[in-house]
Amino acid sequence: MIGIGHYVAVSAVMFVLGVLGIFLNRKNVIIILMAIELILLSVNLNLVAFSAYLHDLAGQIFAMFVLTVAAGEAAIGLAILVIYFRGRGTIAVDDVNRMKG
Amino acid sequence: MDFIHSLVAVSAEELISTAVLVLLLVAAWGGDKASRAISIAAFAVLVGAAALALPVLCTGQSGAATLAFGGHVKLDAFAAFAKLLIYVGAGVALVIAPAYFDRFKAMRAEFPLLVLLAALGMGIMVSANDLLTLYIGLELNSLAAYVLAAFLRADGRSAEAGLKYFVLGSLASGILLYGISLTYGFTGTTSFDGIRVALGSGALSIGATFGLVFVMAGLAFKISAAPFHMWTPDVYEGAPAPVTAFFATAPKVAALALLMRVTLDAFGGQPGAWQQIVIMAALLSIVIGALGAIGQDNIKRLLAYSSINNVGFMLIGLAAGTVAGAQAMLVYLVIYVVSSVAAFVVVLELRDEAGNPVESIAALGGLSRTRPGLAAVLAIVMFSLAGIPPLFGFWAKFVVFQAAVQAHLVVLAAIGIAASVIGAFYYLKVVKVLYFDDATDTVRGTPDTANTVLLFGSAVFLSPLGYLLTLDLGRFAGKAASALLHFA
Repeated sequence: MIGIGHYVAVSAVMFVLGVLGIFLNRKNVIIILMAIELILLSVNLNLVAFSAYLHDLAGQIFAMFVLTVAAGEAAIGLAILVIYFRGRGTIAVDDVNRMKG
Repeated sequence: MDFIHSLVAVSAEELISTAVLVLLLVAAWGGDKASRAISIAAFAVLVGAAALALPVLCTGQSGAATLAFGGHVKLDAFAAFAKLLIYVGAGVALVIAPAYFDRFKAMRAEFPLLVLLAALGMGIMVSANDLLTLYIGLELNSLAAYVLAAFLRADGRSAEAGLKYFVLGSLASGILLYGISLTYGFTGTTSFDGIRVALGSGALSIGATFGLVFVMAGLAFKISAAPFHMWTPDVYEGAPAPVTAFFATAPKVAALALLMRVTLDAFGGQPGAWQQIVIMAALLSIVIGALGAIGQDNIKRLLAYSSINNVGFMLIGLAAGTVAGAQAMLVYLVIYVVSSVAAFVVVLELRDEAGNPVESIAALGGLSRTRPGLAAVLAIVMFSLAGIPPLFGFWAKFVVFQAAVQAHLVVLAAIGIAASVIGAFYYLKVVKVLYFDDATDTVRGTPDTANTVLLFGSAVFLSPLGYLLTLDLGRFAGKAASALLHFA
């Protein structure tokens, strides 16, 4: 029987993968955008699982809002990436270093 | 009618959102030629929104009467206090931006609209009384802010700042959201009042503890408290100066106010669980802010570390967890916003003959002889940020440490005072460069009228004359703080 614990565990794994995807990836910025989406989806899984478990609708409504915001966030992320690429001609993570830090 | 009551309560937000939609159409038809007119209109909208928020603060409204939309938002005196500060920050950004962007031929009609949208999001953040409202407000503010950071498209540094801000800001939102989902799962509700009741004051379950820690980490990113401060210096350096001035004021106020609401209201029954996180973040921010600034030559990076340092001092007030602590934090916020405005307007005024920004501190040598007024204001700001007594910045630190000592956090206050001495070193180094180094004569150009007015006003506020305001400031901050800690 698959219980709430399994859902929370899968969601935790997805969240950690997403965070690692941001920090360990040295290739290109698009992968970072994908990792951010993965984090948001892990949150959605959590919210929907809890919502079903608690018999409470708030979690599913919250998940709808997160989906909407994630779409806006991806749009803005890609737009910033486009102007960055225009100026620099590359989107490799290691090249994002005009300023130290 | 309940719905009518709710609509009246959020009138400031309605005014801004309606105005944004109308101005968006004006921008679409008028193009960039209309940007000046749109800036003026946006400023007028902010004044109107502030006028709508002011009565709530003056009458000190609090409790269940201020809830709206089924308890999703809480328009109490605390929210009004934070909103007024946010509108001041956004208004200053609107006033100083056109002259700056005109020099790069980059003034666009989107700028005032994005600032208004960010201000709207921040207004929702500080009035949030539910995790859902919190998230929507935070994202509305963040999405507008990412675009603002990358606003100077032709400048590679601005695009890079936008990219870094976007990646780390989204990560922070993700962490915050994960914490929210756990908090929801282990308390069964998203409303702050519900969470406070569900958590009680007994032992926390492991899931709720995780939720709390993730929420705190996400918010620490947004206020740029150490150890989540890495993005701050890069974003502050790369973003155009008026945008940096905006980032250092309004979003900081909003995120700190949100943090206060979450810790003291939603997690208010469990001070033991978050107090140690806040103390740790406060100490790290003060020390890292002070040490990190020492080697910097770029004035915007220096001010970024200074803002990390200041956030640390404000967190000391939060660690106290009392009405006095919250009140001290609000007083500190007001003084911090004015110092930041003054510091960044000075940065705006630093430009060479061709109109390009001068950001190196070494290039400011002997500024006191070529531009005595500007050097004097920068010196006042630096002395005030260092907390040297006759200036108003001392009062901010004084009230915060007083609240900490009253809450028996003597060790924390002592370390804070010791670390502020380290901070004084780099503030005074800037003053030394201004007054005692050989003149480099790099800074040229005529001052903008609007900037001069802002500089004069904030210098008077930070001067010893500011102490005339201590009573009023304390009274309003007190009303806001007691509204924050007044639970229905």
